Order: sequence, then C-alpha cells, then structure tokens
Amino acid sequence: MNKSINISTDQLINYLLHLADNSLIMGHRNSEWCGHGPILEQDIAISNIALDLIGQARNFYQYAAIPIKQSTNQPINLTTEDSLAYLRDTREYKNCLLVEQPNGDWAQTILKQFFFSTYQYYLYQQLQNNADDQLKAIAAKALKEVTYHVRWSSEWVIRLGDGTDESKKRLLRAFDELWMFTGELFEPASYELNMSTDFILMKEEWNKKVCSVFEEATIDVPVEKKWHQSGGKTGNHSEHLGLLLAEMQFMQRAYPNSEW
Amino acid sequence: MEKNLETVFQDKVDQEIKIEPKDWMPEKYRQTLIRQISQHAHSEIVGMLPEGNWITRAPSLRRKAILIAKVQDEAGHGLYLYSAAETLGISRDEMYDQLHTGKAKYSSIFNYPTLTWADIGAIGWLVDGAAILNQIPLCRTSFGPYARAMVRVCKEESFHQRQGFELLLTLSKGTEAQKQMCQDAIDRWWWPSLMMFGPNDDASPHTAQSMKWKIKRFSNDELRQKFIDMIAEQVKVLNMRLPDANLKWNEERKHYDFGKINWEEFWQVVGGNGPCNKQRLDARKKAWADGAWVREAATAYAKKKASLNPSKGGTSETV
Repeated sequence: MNKSINISTDQLINYLLHLADNSLIMGHRNSEWCGHGPILEQDIAISNIALDLIGQARNFYQYAAIPIKQSTNQPINLTTEDSLAYLRDTREYKNCLLVEQPNGDWAQTILKQFFFSTYQYYLYQQLQNNADDQLKAIAAKALKEVTYHVRWSSEWVIRLGDGTDESKKRLLRAFDELWMFTGELFEPASYELNMSTDFILMKEEWNKKVCSVFEEATIDVPVEKKWHQSGGKTGNHSEHLGLLLAEMQFMQRAYPNSEW
Repeated sequence: MEKNLETVFQDKVDQEIKIEPKDWMPEKYRQTLIRQISQHAHSEIVGMLPEGNWITRAPSLRRKAILIAKVQDEAGHGLYLYSAAETLGISRDEMYDQLHTGKAKYSSIFNYPTLTWADIGAIGWLVDGAAILNQIPLCRTSFGPYARAMVRVCKEESFHQRQGFELLLTLSKGTEAQKQMCQDAIDRWWWPSLMMFGPNDDASPHTAQSMKWKIKRFSNDELRQKFIDMIAEQVKVLNMRLPDANLKWNEERKHYDFGKINWEEFWQVVGGNGPCNKQRLDARKKAWADGAWVREAATAYAKKKASLNPSKGGTSETV
C-alpha cells in the first residue's frame, strides 16, 4: 500500500469491490453460453474466459475481505468472497454498465468481450506496477489471461466484420447496442482516483486498439459521437443487473447460513 | 478374399492388437463403432445441458468455477469423441444431423431434469460413477482412436465423480434442508442411473457381437452389479439411503441383491417420452441453428484470407 498518497481503507475496499464486480458479472454472463455456443470449440473458449474472470473476481474479493474485517469492530466478522458476491444488492454492486448487458447474439457477446478485455488489458498493465503488492500480484497474473481474451475477441471481431454481409450487419448492430456503455470505463469514480492509474492514457490506448481492430474488420463506425451512459460504478445500474443477481444469489438467499 | 481379411482382422482383435482407421475392418464393425462413439459424443454434449442449468445459480464462487470447468470438460470429451468417430469416415456435421433428426441417440439419463443444487452432486456421483464403469473397459477397446480418447475421458470423469461425492458430503453434513435436498436427489437419480447400463443381458441385442470384436468387454448386468456394490457402500459415508427396499447384501453371491428395475420407464424415455427429451433436443437444435451465421462468417473469412495469402492460410487459428 502506498501510504504517501494516502488512500483510505474505504477507498481501497470500494476499488477492490469494483474490480471484482466487473470480473464476476462479465464472467457470469459468459458462463450463460456454456452448452449453447455456435461451435463446440468456441463453447469451450468462452467458458474458459468465464473461468478466468471468476478466478480474478475471487482474488479481488478475498483481498477486499481483509480490510473489511479489520475496519469493523464486530467480534465475529463473516466477510468472505461469497458474502461479498452473494449478499450485496444491486445498489452496492460497483461494476460498470457494460458487463451487465445481456449477451444478445454472438456478435454482441464478442464485441462486449472485446471492449471489456481491451479495457482490462490496459488497466492491468498499469496495476501490475501499483505500489500495493497484493493488487500488483493479482493484476500481473490476470494480465496473462486477459492478453489471450483480447486476442480471441479481436480475432472474432475481425472475422465477423470481414466475414459475410449478415455477420457485418450483426456486428454493427452490436456496436449500436454497446457503444454507449464504453465511456463509463474511463470516467473514474471517486474510489478510482489516486490509485495511480492514468485514465487519459488508458483511454488513448484503448481507442487506438479499438480503431485498429475495427479497421482490420473493415467496419466504419463513428467512434467519437454518441451520448454515454454511466452510473454502474456508483451503483446506478441498468435493470438487467437486478435480475442477474436474483438468479446468481438465489441459493444463498433461499438457504442462508449454510456451507456449500 | 473377404474371408481372409476378416480372419486377419479377428486375429488382430484376439491378440489385442489395436485396429487403426486405415486397417481393413468389417463394415458392420465400422457401423457399430460409429453408432456407439457418436452416441457417446452426443451424450457428452447433451449432458452439458442439465448441469449447465445450475451454473448461473451455483451457491458459491468455488462451486461455480468447479461446475463451469466440469461442463467444459464434457465439451472437451465431446470433441475427442467426435474426432475419433471422424476417423471412421463420418463428419461431425453428419453426426449432429443424426442427433437433431433423432436418428442417433444419447444417454437417456440426460432426459431427467435437474431440480435442485443437490442434483449436480448426484449427477457427479451416480451418473458419472456409472459412466466410468461403462468407460474404463473402453480404454482397452479394440479400435485405437476410441481407446485413446477414452483414456483421457476416464481420467477426468473420475475427478468429476469425486467432486460430485464431495458436494453431497458437504450437504449431508449441513442443515436439515440440505440433508433433505441430498436425499431427494439420490432418490430421483438412483433408478435412472441403474438404467444407464442398458437393458438386461437377455434383452441386449448387440452384446454378443460387440464382445467378440472387443468393443465391449463386460455385459450390462455385470457392470450394473459392480456399480450397485460400489454405491451401496459409498452411500453409508453420506449417511443417506438408496431408494430400494430390496437392497440387501447377499453373502452367498457376495453381491448386493436389488429390486426390480422399471424397464417400461426406460423404454419410454429411450423412445422420446422422458420428462426433458424435447427440451434437450430443442436446446441443441436452437444452438446449432442460431450459430449457423457465425459458422458461415468464420468459413467465409477463412476462405478470404486463404485466397489472399495461399502460403500462410488464414491469419487466425481454426475455429
């Protein structure tokens, strides 16, 4: 932990929960494909990405549980990765809006993955040099996984953009669905400030990568215009998240205080 | 001539020399294997559905990760098996077509619904447990590619079975509601698991020929008895019971005696009238139909790249 920039415990906790929630919700959405993919090999690939992301979420939640336990004065504190994932409600979730969007068709799933993984890639690249040793270690490990996610999803964006008329049409429709949720990635919430991440640089790098993949995919889209939605990072979500959580948290809510 | 080839073939089988795809083989042997391997591959793929039903509701992050990895393993088994069948001269698309039109079967067990979380444990313990007993002898089956695929499949399946048992063990030590959930799942999955070994030997038309060709090494009834003997002991560790009033150790036979299997139910489910037959097949057909444009795009793109740069082929890995 870098004491010189004085990050409060609350800020660190919120930041870790934000990172964890992003990975968990994205991984959960990917896992919805399991058994229903368009090609058996790709069913395996997207489940693999789901596993990587859920693994990242667990690492961040486990780390977050430590300062949470220390900061409360109750004699017994039962905070665990599972209480954090399964017992917080919509307003407490801090993931960005992009990851909670429904999967839609394969084009929408792929484009969402590409936007998100590219964002994670540049973010983790910075975090692997963070002063916080634990955060640094988690980011460095995750970066290896995310590097593959970016490669896989960008190859698919190119394949769909430069494939058939139908696939191009679907990719453009996915762009219309998702672009409005990408601006939030680079609008820091209060807990993201002072975490030694350079959002301006990250946005530049992200834009550059997105434009170059779009070019190879032979799709021409107005990447600058359009209004962007935001709010997820501070708990103002779309209606999709509540339903996702209702499903994901069902067992823990219906059978509280049980070991699984 | 034909006769000589057949003698050479049977000699190899008798001497435990593996038959390889390019070797001469009786047409009926080839057809039997295609039927059996593709049915096995389809079972893996359809089997992803009842378990996948609980991925989004798994009760902890650890269980969620284990379940995704497991269902992903089933997809991997499907891949090895489709590849093994392809060496016999049938394409994966043809096999899918046979599945979608109902010409090819898959294991009937997957036509039962997963109603509670405990069903995930019961499938691992009982269904994978029964599958392993069927599959271990297949590691020595006479057709090389099938035998080699099965070695990998079996390793992963025994891992799944232990995970399933461990899931149920956790429930069995939990709250009253968890114990009830555990017993209920065992009650519902026990008899269908016994049916996984197929009809009684006297009603199993393919057994004799398959034994001679060493595609099969034990009869349905032998394997079923082995399974019952194994599970009847393991269930004690769970402090649960099997739903069979006639289940009793027979000191003379050195085996457990057991009650009558409801073969009427078995044939109904095989015939398409199980609780989820339609749902499972519809889900597979939908995934295939919804994915058509994706596969077309991937093929079109690969062709485009190959024609631009014939020496290198496409820029991307195969899909």
